[in-house]
Amino acid sequence: MPSYILEMRDITKTFPGVKALSNVNLKVEEGEIHAICGENGAGKSTLMKVLSGVYPAGDYEGQIVYRGKECRFEGIHDSEKIGIVIIHQELALVPMLSITENIFLGNEQAKWGVIDWNANERRTRELLGKVGLVEDPNTLITDIGTGKQQLVEIAKALSKNVELLILDEPTASLSEKDSQALLDLLLEFKKQGITSILISHKLNEINRVADHVTVIRDGRTIETLGRGEISEDRIITSMVGRSLEDRYPPRDPKIGDVIFEVENWSCYHPLHADRQVIKNIDIKVHRGEVVGIAGLMGAGRTEFAMSLFGRSYGRKITGEVRLKGKPIDVSTVGRAVDQGIAYVTEDRKVFGLNLIDDIKNNITLANLKGVARSGVIDELRELDVANDYRKKTNIRSSSVFQKTGNLSGGNQQKVVLSKWLFASPEVLILDEPTRGIDVGAKYEIYTIIARLAAEGRAVIVISSEMPELLGITDRIYVMNEGRIVGEMAASEASQEKIMRAIVRGEGKAAS
Amino acid sequence: MTDTPTPQSGVAQDVPSGPRVPVSSVVANIRDYGLVLALIAIMIFFQLTTGTLFKPVNLSNLVQQNSFIIVMALGMLLVIVSGHIDLSVGSVAGFIGALAAMMMVIWPLGPLSNPLVVSIVCLVIGGAIGAAQGYWIAYHRIPSFIVTLAGMLVFRGMCQGLLGGGSSVGPLPDSFKQLSSGFLPDVIGPITIVPPIVNAAGKTIVGSGIVLHSTTVLLGLIGVALFISAGIRSRRTRERHGYAAEPFALFLVKTLVVSALALFLVYQFALYRGFPIVLVVMGILIAIFVFITKKTTVGRRVYAMGGNIKAAQLSGIKTERLTLLVFVNMGVLSALGGLIIAARLGQAVPAAGLGSELDVIAAVFIGGASAMGGVGQVISTVVGGFIMGVMNNGMSIMGVNVDWQQVVKGLVLLGAVIFDVYNKNKG
Repeated sequence: MPSYILEMRDITKTFPGVKALSNVNLKVEEGEIHAICGENGAGKSTLMKVLSGVYPAGDYEGQIVYRGKECRFEGIHDSEKIGIVIIHQELALVPMLSITENIFLGNEQAKWGVIDWNANERRTRELLGKVGLVEDPNTLITDIGTGKQQLVEIAKALSKNVELLILDEPTASLSEKDSQALLDLLLEFKKQGITSILISHKLNEINRVADHVTVIRDGRTIETLGRGEISEDRIITSMVGRSLEDRYPPRDPKIGDVIFEVENWSCYHPLHADRQVIKNIDIKVHRGEVVGIAGLMGAGRTEFAMSLFGRSYGRKITGEVRLKGKPIDVSTVGRAVDQGIAYVTEDRKVFGLNLIDDIKNNITLANLKGVARSGVIDELRELDVANDYRKKTNIRSSSVFQKTGNLSGGNQQKVVLSKWLFASPEVLILDEPTRGIDVGAKYEIYTIIARLAAEGRAVIVISSEMPELLGITDRIYVMNEGRIVGEMAASEASQEKIMRAIVRGEGKAAS
Repeated sequence: MTDTPTPQSGVAQDVPSGPRVPVSSVVANIRDYGLVLALIAIMIFFQLTTGTLFKPVNLSNLVQQNSFIIVMALGMLLVIVSGHIDLSVGSVAGFIGALAAMMMVIWPLGPLSNPLVVSIVCLVIGGAIGAAQGYWIAYHRIPSFIVTLAGMLVFRGMCQGLLGGGSSVGPLPDSFKQLSSGFLPDVIGPITIVPPIVNAAGKTIVGSGIVLHSTTVLLGLIGVALFISAGIRSRRTRERHGYAAEPFALFLVKTLVVSALALFLVYQFALYRGFPIVLVVMGILIAIFVFITKKTTVGRRVYAMGGNIKAAQLSGIKTERLTLLVFVNMGVLSALGGLIIAARLGQAVPAAGLGSELDVIAAVFIGGASAMGGVGQVISTVVGGFIMGVMNNGMSIMGVNVDWQQVVKGLVLLGAVIFDVYNKNKG
């Protein structure tokens, strides 16, 4: 009987209207590296937030047993006190403070509130030695790369006398070399008796370091595999093994000529000038076709779309865009829109809507010319347009004068869609069009997409939900690490095939 | 997956579409009504305590003293709605006043020192100053607070330098002073309703009898008639297109109250010397800015930019150019404010416009604009400006010490914003 350092029993966590976790069980042995796998949105991060006390006791059902004792955390402080430290995917470091200041932030070695910087620095050197980072403790975080920042986070965790270290996709933004170093470090920690939970999509990494793998899907534990049972196929099947229900409107695709082409598209990170985010992408879309772009979070899909749409992301953007065979200028959003390209953002609240303004004004914003004559808005025409789209996209609100900030996610999404439909684009790029909205609203959005394609427009759908892509698209590109790593007809595609393209294409260019 | 409908939307979803019941429009406008009511209450308070507030001569004074604040507040509204601030307006106004005085009085410019030419040149220079500041804010993303704080120091310094230290420059030509202290000429000629009483010495007793400035009366009547007919016309078109307008009773009450108030003020002005020229200038500007903010694509884009700059950019709005434009506009209006100040004083002084940026900003915030951008109304700003103005005027008449006037004004500003935030959280 192995001794468990952590047992999470029957954890159920409900958000208003949705069950994020239902009866999840997780057992972690003392001194092991335990991997957790699952698709985006499967519930991994929620589970870790329950564990670390981000969601306090009472906010969820079930038990957390740590070293044989039931724990009820009220906040992160409680879990850190007993040695559970979580390192999030987005690093929580203050860029303009030094390594030392970051490591001891909120935990400064001080006497009567006066910080003993020498003591802090000495401790920092020790900790940096342990994680194998050779840097001056006074270096600012902003001056070191992501890989080293990750190590600083780990050193910070060590400073809190960590016993159970949780890493949420630690290698997602690291290079191959840095990833290897990080995994070696985990193995080193294991020797020293520190237990780790590793959340990762990268099956080769899991294969290399994990003692057990727990697969989570749709908020449930599917299975926990031991060392001998771990295999890519097994994990992939577990991760995606769900049936495709009849959740998509029927379509009769009438695919015409190529209307939209992107050739050799590349772009670099806006801040780290030497990091190439998009690597020589070629895609083609036909009239009346719905094309999907699959991939995991961080694959570069949004970055690709935004760099395409008026250079809204990145720099040193190169490549050619052709509409109906003619090269077009998409260097500003205005030009892209004028050429007939629209991009519906992934984050409707941050990039899509003016939440303090009403439905009407949001719908007409991208095409004010369409309701104005020489710069003067025709109020009644605008009202007609807004009401027309409110009806067409079935926005449920008291009137077009309702503020978009008060609408539900699904209705907000319909407002953003209406805005771009009114701009009457030839090519519509939809980035995670159904994220965070309920099943009914999803169906309505799928119907709108189908209608657009039937009208002869080209639609590109970026989605992390593979069943959705399989259900509504005609052809799917698979993206990973800024490259297209696969292309398949939707009729021949499957979740396994897509997942395989992602996992096997890791670091390789598409053939 | 985490669809969390807000309570409002849950309720709203079940409301059937079709002709809308405009109860919401009353609720939405309650703040604006409240602001107007507050202004009226303050005016009545001072009328009761001082007995002179509504005197025709005092109303003219009130307008002449505060017009430059309101003129600059119109520009400041757009600056604040677009999510910025401009601290330099007082200094720019001072500098432009000094420049105008130098051009008209000191520098030997010959025919170019004509007040009209000088005014136009000054407005252009004001626009250039706005462009210079707006350039850094729009294209280099330097926070507007810092750029305009620098501008505040620079232009105050330039104002004082231009005037050669502490001296003032004047007197300015009478034709220029008309801008602030002039009245519309009575082209038609006065009408006598009740003949004034002539005393034993053969002089008319001031304030006796009713003699009206007929041009002002005519213009006032035309204005009110236009206002009423425009209201009715807009109602008709809305109904023709199948959109419910506000309830007729509400429309009637609103129109009658506004018209009555306007006619009362017209009557008061007509009793004295008619409309001050600066009131006409201000009125035209207010009309232009109401039009810009309510009816034009440019106005709409400014609000969208202030509401969510990222969404605005991704909707194809050229936010940099728009920001620059907003600051150029602010510069021109600051310059106009400076000209009005100089015209009222009859000379340029080093302290002209000193501290007025705070009154201007306060007017906009009392008018309900949001410091986060995206929210604010022209009419509310004007009312906010007059609330400040009436308090200045009323407290001065009451003999309240200037120091305590500041305290009261500060508290009113804080109170207005607290009221706003409280309302927003409740709604």
